[in-house]
Amino acid sequence: MLELVNFYLIPGLVLGAIYALAAAGLSLAYGVLRFAHFAHGDLMTWGAYAALVAVGALGISAWVALPLAVLATIPVALAADRAFYGPLRRAQPAVLLISSFGVALMIRAVVYFVWGPTPQAYARGFTPPLVFEGMRIQQRHLMILAGAALAAFAAHLLLSRTRAGRAMRAMADDPDLARVTGVPVEGVIRLAWAVSAGLAAIAGVFLAIDTQLTPNLGFNILLAAFAAAILGGIGRPWGAALGGLLLGVAEEMSTYPLLGGAPLLEPAYKTGVAFALLVLVLIFRPQGLFRGMG
Amino acid sequence: MTLLVARNMTGGYGEADILHGVDLTVAPGQVVVVIGPNGAGKSTAMKAVAGLVRLRAGSVTLEGADITNCAAEGMVARGLAYVPQERNVFPSLTVEENLLMGAYARPAAAREGIGRAFALFPDLVAKRRIAAGSLSGGQRQMVALARALMLTPRLLLLDEPTAGLSPKLCALIFDKVRAIAAAGIAVLMVEQNARPALAIADRGVVLTMGRNRAEDSGAALLANPEIGHLFLGGAAPDEADAA
Repeated sequence: MLELVNFYLIPGLVLGAIYALAAAGLSLAYGVLRFAHFAHGDLMTWGAYAALVAVGALGISAWVALPLAVLATIPVALAADRAFYGPLRRAQPAVLLISSFGVALMIRAVVYFVWGPTPQAYARGFTPPLVFEGMRIQQRHLMILAGAALAAFAAHLLLSRTRAGRAMRAMADDPDLARVTGVPVEGVIRLAWAVSAGLAAIAGVFLAIDTQLTPNLGFNILLAAFAAAILGGIGRPWGAALGGLLLGVAEEMSTYPLLGGAPLLEPAYKTGVAFALLVLVLIFRPQGLFRGMG
Repeated sequence: MTLLVARNMTGGYGEADILHGVDLTVAPGQVVVVIGPNGAGKSTAMKAVAGLVRLRAGSVTLEGADITNCAAEGMVARGLAYVPQERNVFPSLTVEENLLMGAYARPAAAREGIGRAFALFPDLVAKRRIAAGSLSGGQRQMVALARALMLTPRLLLLDEPTAGLSPKLCALIFDKVRAIAAAGIAVLMVEQNARPALAIADRGVVLTMGRNRAEDSGAALLANPEIGHLFLGGAAPDEADAA
């Protein structure tokens, strides 16, 4: 039982928390902008490398570098909007989606050019896990879980309690009505980009802390983040976050040796679990798992 | 001074014009009802005034200021509020949040606006924490009206506020429209329920094929046999009784 918790449930929750942050940002951008933002994964990567620069230059830990990563990632999203998405505001969603794919490749090319393809890490060495009554948890895992919860809570407060958050949700509900209600649409769009990019940067740094930095860091989990966002009902950040948690846990649990010692599913196939779940949801509950559940 | 003067409004969506020189005028505190058959351009005329449809020719002035083709998002601050026919609430926001959105341009006025909204629509008080998307059609219309009134506009544009409502609810909405006008807010509204709407109107405008067909006081249009025959579904009820 402890083995299940230590080696499957906790890593699943950690992966799920990272998916949740990525999916919440993706979902917010989708809600306000109405297109699937394919550069979201590369914004994560950008944030992770920005933190690496801060770690190297200032000698701080990746945790402390987190706000700097957020600050370095927001301008990238705003610039992409200014240069590419803004002029295409009235275009079909497919056009915007493809243009975001272009932005994704541009960001990745810069990352390759500046930092090279070799995997890197924020810190070397080994930190012993914390042990409670036989339950072992890596310190970084505890920090990621706490940090993700904090970021999700902050995003929730922003969306539900502030005037700007209300305007973002109103835009997601009905952009035309928001416009005639007097919402400055472009300003709200910029704010949505800032929040989405901030969440992407946090997810990217957390993922890099848990694994290592590579130029494909964010892109590798982009499709899982989309799956989580769709699972939770796309355009609904809270649903997307729950979808992310669910997916992360499902992926890790799918390799648990439930029957006589052999893993349920070979670990190499575990990312397939996300997509199997996604297809099932699209067939049986296309509105997302949580729609109509408050 | 006349509140709204729209002259020779010409335009539509894309290439084809829907409006071919429509004139609309509204005096302060008046209720003006626009009627006409489907496709006459009634809703398009409202959208043109609200800045949602681009005019190729013509002009719109509000209290003497030229607002022709001004951005729709700036209209609330100019004292013009618009309630579209469909999709006129934010479904995932609560009733109270919908009202707060109505005061987006001036948050300081929100508290007072909500007080006035709940005084005008007391039924909404109990629903304030409920998502607007789960309300009935009549309640949604009330939320939409209340939202549009949050900043006390000079002119309220309503696109078929009674569409799909029961006769009882229609009567309630028309009562509210009179109350709104009595408070000094002019109302320009498009209505399919032409008879009851003209009955509460100061002025009525008949549009056909994107042009002005007739304009008179509400009572005069109701009494006009030709208008009655063509646009109000036959003779006036009392004439029918006499015959």
